[in-house]
Amino acid sequence: MSVIIASKIQSNPKYLELVHRRNTLGWTLSAVVCVLYFGFTLMIAYTPDILTTPIAAGSVIPTGMLIGLGVILASCATTGIYVYMANKTFDPIIEEIVREASK
Amino acid sequence: MKIFKTVSSAMLTLSLLFVSTLSHAFDVPAAAPAAAIPAAAPPLNWHAIIMFLIFVGITLGITYWAATHTKTASDFYAAGRGVTGLQNGMAIAGDYMSAASFLGIAALVYFNGFYGLIFSVGWLVGWPIILFLVAERLRNLGKYTYADVVSFRLQQRPIRIMAAISSLIVVIWYLIGQAVGAGQLLHTLVPQMSYKLSIVIVGVLIILYVTLGGMKATTWVQIIKAGLLLGGASCMAFGVMLHEGFSFAKLFSDAVALHPKGIKIMQSVVPIGAKANPIESISLGLTLMFGTAGLPHILMRFFTTTDSKAARKSVLYGTCFIGYFYILTFIIGFGAIILVANNPEYVVDVTKSVLNLKGGGSMPAIYLSHAIGGNFFLGFIAAVAFATILAVVSGLTLAGASALSHDIYASVIMKGKADEKKEVWVSKMSVIGLGILAVLLGIAFEKQNVAYIVALTFSIAACTNFPILVMSVFWKGLTTRGAVMGGYTGIFGSIGLLIIGPTVWTKVLSMGPAIFPYDFPTFVVLPLVLIVAYVASVTDGSESAKKERAAFDAQMIRAETGLGAEAAAEH
Repeated sequence: MSVIIASKIQSNPKYLELVHRRNTLGWTLSAVVCVLYFGFTLMIAYTPDILTTPIAAGSVIPTGMLIGLGVILASCATTGIYVYMANKTFDPIIEEIVREASK
Repeated sequence: MKIFKTVSSAMLTLSLLFVSTLSHAFDVPAAAPAAAIPAAAPPLNWHAIIMFLIFVGITLGITYWAATHTKTASDFYAAGRGVTGLQNGMAIAGDYMSAASFLGIAALVYFNGFYGLIFSVGWLVGWPIILFLVAERLRNLGKYTYADVVSFRLQQRPIRIMAAISSLIVVIWYLIGQAVGAGQLLHTLVPQMSYKLSIVIVGVLIILYVTLGGMKATTWVQIIKAGLLLGGASCMAFGVMLHEGFSFAKLFSDAVALHPKGIKIMQSVVPIGAKANPIESISLGLTLMFGTAGLPHILMRFFTTTDSKAARKSVLYGTCFIGYFYILTFIIGFGAIILVANNPEYVVDVTKSVLNLKGGGSMPAIYLSHAIGGNFFLGFIAAVAFATILAVVSGLTLAGASALSHDIYASVIMKGKADEKKEVWVSKMSVIGLGILAVLLGIAFEKQNVAYIVALTFSIAACTNFPILVMSVFWKGLTTRGAVMGGYTGIFGSIGLLIIGPTVWTKVLSMGPAIFPYDFPTFVVLPLVLIVAYVASVTDGSESAKKERAAFDAQMIRAETGLGAEAAAEH
């Protein structure tokens, strides 16, 4: 990559927007996954009663089973959200940046 | 069938190499007294052996194909960067889902119920983090190893040495764990095959796969294994649900009714009988989450995709496959409580314990396959478990060999001027060396307590590879001094605290009460690494540090846009 192309990209507001938006999304979703998982871990440590309460009277299924399943599904869902956003918004911006820079 | 001939002669030659250390590994079928063994273990499992041979035949055929299509270093290390998102997603799942997680989590559920689910969640949550922070940037910046990315703007020599040391420690210990697991599992499944012979077979096969077929063969072995494992586990879960009339309420209430611990299996958030320890739980969580995101053989998979877009998609596929797999193992564990426990065919002595199984604690899933589909299905699942070990070990060996050939030989010794052919040759020799080392260590560790191995590998990955990688990509201020000092803090901090921790200090070394009272040191070491790397970087006033900071902008442009990234090979 030549210095000219680099400086062109560096000063392209679209590039700055891309970096800002992608980093915001990446770190926000990372925080979401951490909060969910470590929240679950802290519940195991401090409020196990909530997790072991049956989901309904007469059922043997504990609430924590649904929460654990929820964390698994949330892991898949957040990766899905990221891929969707990246395909839809980031890829076109990147294409434009590269096109403009190599003009 | 020519390939079979070549292979069998190669196997013979290689096995002769081991004869001095394994003199009695090959006389087992003749020496095993036919009447003594069946009482404690399943009978000779022809279904398993035939299906295993079919798997070996197919994978060796693929290896032959891969060998004829592996010409360049990019082919050897990165499958020519021609792997699609879906293929890499399957390969990721095949690389990550080990026999230990399949049999182990099912067994955890079988003995402890609901706790098995809690445990499995931690093994999945690292994957989203890999996607959000590193996957695409790895593909855009790296060539063959994660050290390529960290040393992108930093000094090659010190960074490569540090990264290679941490990669090799992780790979070698992970290999020991896999080898011991393989030996025990195969010996249990096919008692006529000794522990040592099992490990030797694994060693010979992975050396063949990886030296001949490189990353192409490794990738396809992992893809096929993932397909077999997901398919087999799906059939088992389907069989369980069919038995329970497709009602989860019935599944769980039947399990509670049949389990000797009754409703406790739904009410314990720790292994039944253990005490909750908040700090240990958090530390385990940190270790699993960031350790997954720092395993060298996992990170290496992202260099194989066609571009960063495919790398990104592959994590989504991989995460969904792995998450689905953990849900299946949960159903399988509960199914085993209903169909395997209490059954005199599988239980050692029903009058003493309805849970204790012939062949040991990792057998619930294996016997469940027999209960559902008879000997044929048992053979299939046993062969799948073997395939699983081969796929994981192949990926590990290739990652370790790349650290030796690409980081140490080509970048440190030859200072980046190595001939490509020579580098690949060094890599193949490293594969053979690592394969033999894994076999020997696997045999040496047969009777050792290997419970700390997962803690060791994941701790180093979580405390060294992951934080240094993320800092190098996101933080302009990181300098060589910061990365190296932080990295060694992670390596030695994790190892040191593990040695004085409860598992090694008290149980393995019998030195009395542990000096450091936690099994997982990540909650101390990870923050320490970040602090050391930060302080050592900001106080670095050297000329080279200034250049390294100045080079960050160009690195970031490439990381974010993919401009200048390694292109997919034309085929």
